[in-house]
Amino acid sequence: MENKEAYWQENLRLIFICLAIWFVVSFGLGLLLVEPLNEFRLGGYKLGFWFAQQGSIYSFLGLIFWYGAKMNKLDKKYHAEG
Amino acid sequence: MDELKLYTYIAVFGTFALYFAIAWWARAGSTSDFYVAGGGVTPLQNGMAIGADWMSAASFISMAGLIAFLGYGGSVFLMGWTGGYVLLAMLLAPYMRKHGKFTVPEFIFDRYYSKTARIVAVACLIIASLTYIIGQMKGVGVAFSRFLEVDYGLGLGIGMAVVWVYAVMGGMKGITYTQIAQYVVMIFAYTIPAVFISLQLTGNPIPQLGLGSTLADGSGVYLLDKLDMVVTDLGFKEYTTSNLGGTLNMFAYTISLMIGTAGLPHVIMRFFTVPSVQAARSSAGYALVCIALLYTVAPAVGAMARLNLMNTIEPTAGEHLVYDERPQWFKDWEKTGLLKFEDKNGDGKIQYTADKATNEMVKVDRDIMVLANPAIANLPNWVIALVAAGGLAAALSTAAGLLLAISSSISHDLMKGVLTPDLSEKNELFAGRVVMTIAILVSGYLGLHPPGFAAGTVALAFGLAASSIFPALMMGIFSKKISGTAAIAGMCSGIGVTMLYVFQHKGIMFIPGTSFLGDMGPNWFFGISPNAFGAVGAIVNFAVAFAVLKVTGPAPAHIQEMVENMRIPGAVSAAHDH
Repeated sequence: MENKEAYWQENLRLIFICLAIWFVVSFGLGLLLVEPLNEFRLGGYKLGFWFAQQGSIYSFLGLIFWYGAKMNKLDKKYHAEG
Repeated sequence: MDELKLYTYIAVFGTFALYFAIAWWARAGSTSDFYVAGGGVTPLQNGMAIGADWMSAASFISMAGLIAFLGYGGSVFLMGWTGGYVLLAMLLAPYMRKHGKFTVPEFIFDRYYSKTARIVAVACLIIASLTYIIGQMKGVGVAFSRFLEVDYGLGLGIGMAVVWVYAVMGGMKGITYTQIAQYVVMIFAYTIPAVFISLQLTGNPIPQLGLGSTLADGSGVYLLDKLDMVVTDLGFKEYTTSNLGGTLNMFAYTISLMIGTAGLPHVIMRFFTVPSVQAARSSAGYALVCIALLYTVAPAVGAMARLNLMNTIEPTAGEHLVYDERPQWFKDWEKTGLLKFEDKNGDGKIQYTADKATNEMVKVDRDIMVLANPAIANLPNWVIALVAAGGLAAALSTAAGLLLAISSSISHDLMKGVLTPDLSEKNELFAGRVVMTIAILVSGYLGLHPPGFAAGTVALAFGLAASSIFPALMMGIFSKKISGTAAIAGMCSGIGVTMLYVFQHKGIMFIPGTSFLGDMGPNWFFGISPNAFGAVGAIVNFAVAFAVLKVTGPAPAHIQEMVENMRIPGAVSAAHDH
């Protein structure tokens, strides 16, 4: 494995992006912005309420699998998969 | 014997027989089998096992009930207990798997090159796990006494015996495969009643969609709007907007639960059982899939149970249920004392309102919502029997995982690691089994005679994990420089601040009357409730650790090199001993 530092930097960048989204969907849309979002609707759900009780969980799932897939590619690129 | 009891016996003892069969098939032969299931568990299997390990009696029985009465405020549990897996998948699991050891304190020992750090970690782990396990044992006792009408103590004894057989015999290997079976039992037991109820109320069989649909009564009103209307008419807070102690408190609460989840040793341990770093990342994803199946259904269960309860007591506005005509489930739960009616105005009818002076439902225990839900909705008896088996599966699977975390931290970290380093593998395996047996007896005893602090224990477990273990692990991976001294100072101050805050508001060891500051909003630090304080404890931990690092200097070069190796997947051996 060559260039450990570059691999780690790319990983950190990915983690940063993922955690930013993680923060926005739960603390942002489900908590801090819940009142303005509740003006909108998704079927019978108020939108902010939906993010807090449904949407954030679906987003977490998407994030973990997306991160896993990107990291597998990164492992190949740097020949780090062992 | 009536039909319901017969079905319940079949469901409960049928599933027990299944767990025994699996334990016999997967019994452990080596320490590697006993601690990490030989390192050969696939990500999907591991995901299901984590699901069962993680989802306890609290998730299965209590959470939907909490949501039913807290409404939007209950979201902290939904986001908090799932969002932690994102942190696990990105910040801890892959690197700890790469390092490849058996236990969390062992990782701390290697990274912080300090026996003191290892002992501090063992202490945090045992306090957190033992407090958690009391709740599971109580859940087992309650499930037996309610559904099979056996004595609470006898029910507890049967539960202890079942866990003993498969956890002591099979170790991590036996536990993993029984947990997979328990996950399946649990998820069917949770979703089948939810599907029935969603179908009844909205015509949509998928509870997640049913919750956002219109009612099936032809009125065209959305279920959540109807629920908001019903509860506000009676003076309760609006369901979809009712807050839990303000935005800052909800924020801190959610953070505490998230990092507490990521720091619980019995969950982290499960990531040591998979064969590679890539598998550790994907099993966090599979774990969250398995957990989300229950967690996205729970809000529907909560809201629908609340609506059904309200509709039973007050079928149309102003028309109240006559007490003498109350349904059978009402009488059953009255017997347990968890549901209480008091005819304050003497009209023989049930008035259920938010006003304490006129409310006649003087006690509606939140914990009965999931268990009573199928009966409230008039579902067939086999569904009720299945819920009993599911509740037991949830409690037993979590208890087994916690027992393993406790016994491995004693036999592997304290005995092999610190006290008697020349312990042979065979003797260590034997010691692990003896310690686990003792742990079962201790937790059974505590379940039978719950100490005064039992009610606050789960919150304490999360607070401890959030303020001590998670920051130590995360800093150990993401900062090469952080030293043993810094980490120990961080862990001690984080856990210290959290315990102090909890004790000053809830009483020392939760003994009533010993709290030196009252347990009420105005006395709380920025309005943060004691349950949510783990977030502040974690911040203190990070701050103290970096301050001490500045003063005492960085970790030695060979440790920094070890951290560099942890960060790249490379070739991974099965989790091994040093």
